[in-house]
Amino acid sequence: MIFAGLAEKLQETFRRLKSKGRLTEADVDEAMKEVRRALLAADVNFQVVKSFVARVKERAVGQDVLSSLTPAQQVIKIVREELAGLMGGTQSKLNMAPKPPTVVMMVGLHGAGKTTTAAKLANLMRKQGRRPLLVACDVYRPAAIKQLQVLGEQLDIPVFSMGDRHTPVDIARAAVEHATRQGRDLVIIDTAGRLEINEEMMAELEELKAALRPHEILLVVDAMTGQVAVNIAETFNKRLGLDGVVLTKLDGDTRGGAALSIKAVTGCPIKFVGVGEKLDALEPFHPDRMADRILGMGDVLTLIEKAQASFDAEQVARLNKKIRSADFTLDDFLEQLQEVKKLGPIQQIISMLPGLGNMKKLKELGDIDDRELVYVEAIIRSMTPWERAHPHEINGSRRRRIARGSGTSVQKVNSVLKQFEQTRKMMRQLAEMGRGGKKGARLPRNLFPGKDNPLF
Amino acid sequence: MGFFNRLKESLSKTRQGLVEKIENLITGRQVIDESLYEELEEALIGADVGVETSLELMETLRRRVKEQKLRDPARLKPLLQELITDELGTGDSSLNRGGPPTVILVVGVNGVGKTTTIGKLAYYYKTRGERVLLGAADTFRAAAIDQLEIWGRRVGVDVIKHREGSDPAAVAYDALQAARARKMDMLIIDTAGRLHTKSNLMEELKKIRRVLGRELSGAPHEVLLVLDATTGQNAISQARLFSEATGVTGIVLTKLDGTARGGVIIGIRRMLNIPVKFIGIGEGVEDLQPFNPQEFAAALFD
Repeated sequence: MIFAGLAEKLQETFRRLKSKGRLTEADVDEAMKEVRRALLAADVNFQVVKSFVARVKERAVGQDVLSSLTPAQQVIKIVREELAGLMGGTQSKLNMAPKPPTVVMMVGLHGAGKTTTAAKLANLMRKQGRRPLLVACDVYRPAAIKQLQVLGEQLDIPVFSMGDRHTPVDIARAAVEHATRQGRDLVIIDTAGRLEINEEMMAELEELKAALRPHEILLVVDAMTGQVAVNIAETFNKRLGLDGVVLTKLDGDTRGGAALSIKAVTGCPIKFVGVGEKLDALEPFHPDRMADRILGMGDVLTLIEKAQASFDAEQVARLNKKIRSADFTLDDFLEQLQEVKKLGPIQQIISMLPGLGNMKKLKELGDIDDRELVYVEAIIRSMTPWERAHPHEINGSRRRRIARGSGTSVQKVNSVLKQFEQTRKMMRQLAEMGRGGKKGARLPRNLFPGKDNPLF
Repeated sequence: MGFFNRLKESLSKTRQGLVEKIENLITGRQVIDESLYEELEEALIGADVGVETSLELMETLRRRVKEQKLRDPARLKPLLQELITDELGTGDSSLNRGGPPTVILVVGVNGVGKTTTIGKLAYYYKTRGERVLLGAADTFRAAAIDQLEIWGRRVGVDVIKHREGSDPAAVAYDALQAARARKMDMLIIDTAGRLHTKSNLMEELKKIRRVLGRELSGAPHEVLLVLDATTGQNAISQARLFSEATGVTGIVLTKLDGTARGGVIIGIRRMLNIPVKFIGIGEGVEDLQPFNPQEFAAALFD
């Protein structure tokens, strides 16, 4: 990889300056070169990068380096603050009409994910007590209407369509009337994808806007978009006056610099992000987390939040104590698996851990199948309490019984026991490391058996 | 209007965004200095040439300037043009053939235009007298099969399909059997869009590949990765992971039309090390054409 993560690069740059208590302009210049490259590699628009780097430089030069922080961390802190600031505060609310129905228009390029996002948004708003109506105004792309209808059916949300023989304006007008009659208080209009330079198609959106007076126009943008993201957003904003942006396909490995660029140049808030193929995978946007992602620092906050929400604190404390005492049984192993399962799909968890994003091992890690955990669970549950406490005593005949009991094979039982043994070994090492006072990546230690565990 | 002229027209914004910008930066300058290099580098990056490629182009430029002891900034433009043309390469964009039928597997992330590309590819080969069959192995996205069928009707080729949600590898298998029975020259298989980071979905692609290879040795003869020209640096990651899973043999770059996104093609060869085989420069059925680097360079600079 070209960009191993900004944090490490900066650490490296500053190692030479360790003795200094104050950053000189030359030091900062050196660091800013790395910042610039990291941002460009994350697809942040080059003009945005330029002014951003200048601003950070100004703040960083001459600052006293706090005794508790290394210069690298100091600069990263400034970079993070400025990045998060650029992306604005959290704002994941739609403008609601004083008199329903509220009309929301989804616009964007081809393939940005408008149709899927429209359905996801309807689903999210229904959870908040709204009664949404989806409207199929993409009369151009083959089968686009059908796609929205299928999604509506899956969600059990009504879809209004008049086929592809009417103009989008006629369809949308009729849809709003329909919504009023049916007591639907939220109308979400899916429009056709278009290039921002296609005069005719942009004029159609303006017409649609004039006819409907929508309360919210959302631009749907693929998070993988490159430098052109800014031109796209600017043009749509100029023609239509955007109220917000939805960033899609963030569940991939894109850094998502497009988000930052769009916010910085147009001022439009990013309201939601799409994080998966499932219809409930639409989330509010968090600027600080996006900043970390752009810098390659992982989404630690989301993970911690998730962990806090789903972990039984007492249980975790008990487990941690056990880990440290190296008195770790198969029962604890099972308990830990269940805690981890609560966090969500393992792949998602891994993607949130800092450092792991760049690891060579990521591929193997990514191959974990959540279904595997079900087998492991069944196997451990098929053991007697005595066996769980004495894994070494499980002989061939016991293994055969366990395999039959869990509906698996002896090989599977063997591999679970092996995995457990490795985990235990690592636990012991971790416990020793903890006693030795060596500081490593602290976060995952109490959450996971560890990244070297073949299971994880 | 011929394809070359349409190519020129669709690259007009790229020309403004890159070539004319370079010209503007150079004119009026007295000396070649660091700030000029930096601005040229920004022009390249801003045109989505790619960070790595831009940095390396600039390094080569610096070296050449030193070697040739150039002083006049006006000399930079022909030099850059030469470097960029080199970067585009000469390459042969014809498809690998085999079979019959030649089996083409089309893969890519969500929303890059796979289904549309297949419709246009089918049209391209059908108008050249080949017998083409389509396989609808995107059984995941709502209405994807319908979309491919509409394309099939438009172009006048048959589509082999199963129901939504069925096993894509089974569709591929049936499509291949049908293509053989009907003595087709070419089978193009659509797959569901997937983010390259989802390993279970990449396994699904490997399975399709295995099934095809078992039934017809050498198949798929061509695995085309469809890339959206608006994609930024993530294209590198997409190419790498799709290649690992399916052995990508060529790239189709879509949505090159109109805006200043032509620059992305300059960096692709270096970054991805996979030849670009087709480019899409418009929404019309004829707007997908084999990629010819020299023609592209000519359309960009002249």
